[in-house]
Amino acid sequence: MRRIISVLMENEPGALSRVVGLFSQRGYNIESLTVAPTEDATLSRLTLTTIGDDHKIEKITKNLNKLIDVVKLVDLTEGSHIERELLLVKVRATGAQRDEVKRSVDIFRGQIVDVTSNMYTVQVSGTSEKLDAFLQALGEHTIMEVVRSGVSGIARGEKILSI
Amino acid sequence: MELLSGGDMLVRALQDEGVDLIFGYPGGSALHIYDAIFRQKSIKHLLVRHEQGATHSADGYARATGKTGVVLVTSGPGATNAITGIATAYMDSIPMVVISGQVPSDKIGEDAFQETDMVGCSRPIVKHSFLVKNAEEIPEIVKKAFYIASTGRPGPVVIDVPKDITNPVDRFPYQYPDKLRMRSYTPAGKGHTGQIRKAVALLLSAKRPVIYAGGGVVQGDAADLLTELAQRLNYPVTNTLMGLGAYPGTDKRFLGMLGMHGTFEANTAMHHADVIFAVGARFDDRVTNTPSKFCPGAKVIHIDVDPASISKTITADVPIVGTVQSVLTEMLEMLKASKEMPDQSAIVDWWRQIDDWRERHGLYTAPRYRTDGDMIMPQEVISAVHQITKGDAYVTSDVGQHQMFAAQYYLFDKPRRWINSGGLGTMGFGLPAALGVKAAYPDAEVVCVTGEGSIQMCIQELSTATQYNLPVKILCLNNQALGMVKQWQEMQYEGRLSNSVYEDSLPDFIKLAEAYGHLGMKIEHRDELHGKLEEAFAIKDRTVFIDVYVDPAEHVYPMQVMPTGSMRDMWLSKTERT
Repeated sequence: MRRIISVLMENEPGALSRVVGLFSQRGYNIESLTVAPTEDATLSRLTLTTIGDDHKIEKITKNLNKLIDVVKLVDLTEGSHIERELLLVKVRATGAQRDEVKRSVDIFRGQIVDVTSNMYTVQVSGTSEKLDAFLQALGEHTIMEVVRSGVSGIARGEKILSI
Repeated sequence: MELLSGGDMLVRALQDEGVDLIFGYPGGSALHIYDAIFRQKSIKHLLVRHEQGATHSADGYARATGKTGVVLVTSGPGATNAITGIATAYMDSIPMVVISGQVPSDKIGEDAFQETDMVGCSRPIVKHSFLVKNAEEIPEIVKKAFYIASTGRPGPVVIDVPKDITNPVDRFPYQYPDKLRMRSYTPAGKGHTGQIRKAVALLLSAKRPVIYAGGGVVQGDAADLLTELAQRLNYPVTNTLMGLGAYPGTDKRFLGMLGMHGTFEANTAMHHADVIFAVGARFDDRVTNTPSKFCPGAKVIHIDVDPASISKTITADVPIVGTVQSVLTEMLEMLKASKEMPDQSAIVDWWRQIDDWRERHGLYTAPRYRTDGDMIMPQEVISAVHQITKGDAYVTSDVGQHQMFAAQYYLFDKPRRWINSGGLGTMGFGLPAALGVKAAYPDAEVVCVTGEGSIQMCIQELSTATQYNLPVKILCLNNQALGMVKQWQEMQYEGRLSNSVYEDSLPDFIKLAEAYGHLGMKIEHRDELHGKLEEAFAIKDRTVFIDVYVDPAEHVYPMQVMPTGSMRDMWLSKTERT
């Protein structure tokens, strides 16, 4: 099962490499990873997606908690949560394709953020599943370049991850 | 406030931390620190002959004393040479602080002379690491390093110090912090009382209980508590390789070690148990054999200070996260307050069953090795040393058959007496570890049980023993081959001895020992074994290399059937299987 684990950690050099190293060292998978400082400059928030059964996820969270730099973490997929990923894609768009691509962008509530005579650069945000669906809708032949940010997430309601 | 240079701050911080002994080896990036060491008196520094030796010596010192071992090395090769010893300490949860010199801050990343990314190299094998960015941080980093290394599940911590940070010119105000606040590190303390109550109830309901105690009991200074609990309940106890000494080895309730080379009675009792009480043990693959076949009828109670060790390989029915000491204390209080008692007739039946297993194949009811030949058997060497040292020596060991024979036949009655690389299985550990123990306890009898293979991996430390007058006994069970490798090759590879023999290239260990200024003694015949050993152990002021020629054909038994067997599936001899 796919899980989103959100980690609050010390904003220290080496902290990220310890988290990433743990995954490779213990043979766990990272599907996506995103990290940035928070409103408190001493803390970073790292969100990663991984795949595993309950036993494996338990091992992952326990071992993450053992890292000295990790202050707190939560498996967002345990409760209801909001998940977002940002996609930037360059799509070849000439002639009749230009309207067709624009229609798809509208359907997926994306935005065209840059234009040339042959190309659109499109921005879409949403769940990873939605971004997958958008790329599929575009059809492979028109896609020139894809960049995805990896998943960020936050719990719904009053639940917060802070110190 | 006093103004100190970075190098002096580092050494002062070690003094304030109570460090009295450092094992190390100087080099360019560490020279400012070495100069600071030269200019003070309270910390003694032991110069080893290889940085691996420094880490193993500090490790042996830490295991014997319970204090944090301290290592100082230079950058680059000094740091990488320390890696094996850091990994050894990490696997066995040994408190250690390793200070490594680093190239100057402005050279980091430029492939400077003797530069290596020590924080990166050591990352998977340390509990934590620090790269010092400013000299002002030194006191706090040192304080944190010792705190992290020695609390919770202990482990090695690296402090990497760029050379410019320790320069003697720039001076900074020095104050050692009395307190630490670390929001991201809160080691486990007391266990959950509800869980402990459940554990007590389950323990009291057991009909076929086994207490399975590991290195956590030794490290957590809880051997007395464990012994009291086991004796109060009259339950059988088995120890892991790391846990030997956690329960008195000569007590009748002790079943011996369990696992791959565990006793028949310990492994069989585990297999048939209905309640397994795991204390400070981690269900290592060398204990459980095939996890899916592990102790099919047992409920598992598991105490560990590290939550990640619980339900990692074997699911615990009653998990308790906490220090072994606090949890056992609470359990004992509950047991004393409780009116309930174990089912006496069930326990009597269980002991009858265990005694029957002991009679049939136990290691301690009859010799399970040949006693009629001319060859010296390795088992009887260990038994003889046990007798001569009255079971009271510190025994360090290397890795291989000799290690298993020592574990099986030197029955440790006290914790912290058996010092071996259990998790990583590091050949070369024994001699430097013995020197670390001897440095801590100059009056104690310290024996390094080794083989002619292992001893050659850190033999240079014979010179350290000379320089600091650390007289230890080196007991080499010489079978003229890499015995454990050979045993596996004989059992699983139709006897093809691929690179496990030396073709007459072994050195004359007696001459070698003498070359370093020590005594050497060769024992080749069975009838001279006791006499010569007594002679060797009567010598207290010299290091004695005792080279004992043992039967090269002997295997270590029992040996669990790998890789698909259960706990009770064992080879009992070359021809006999359970």
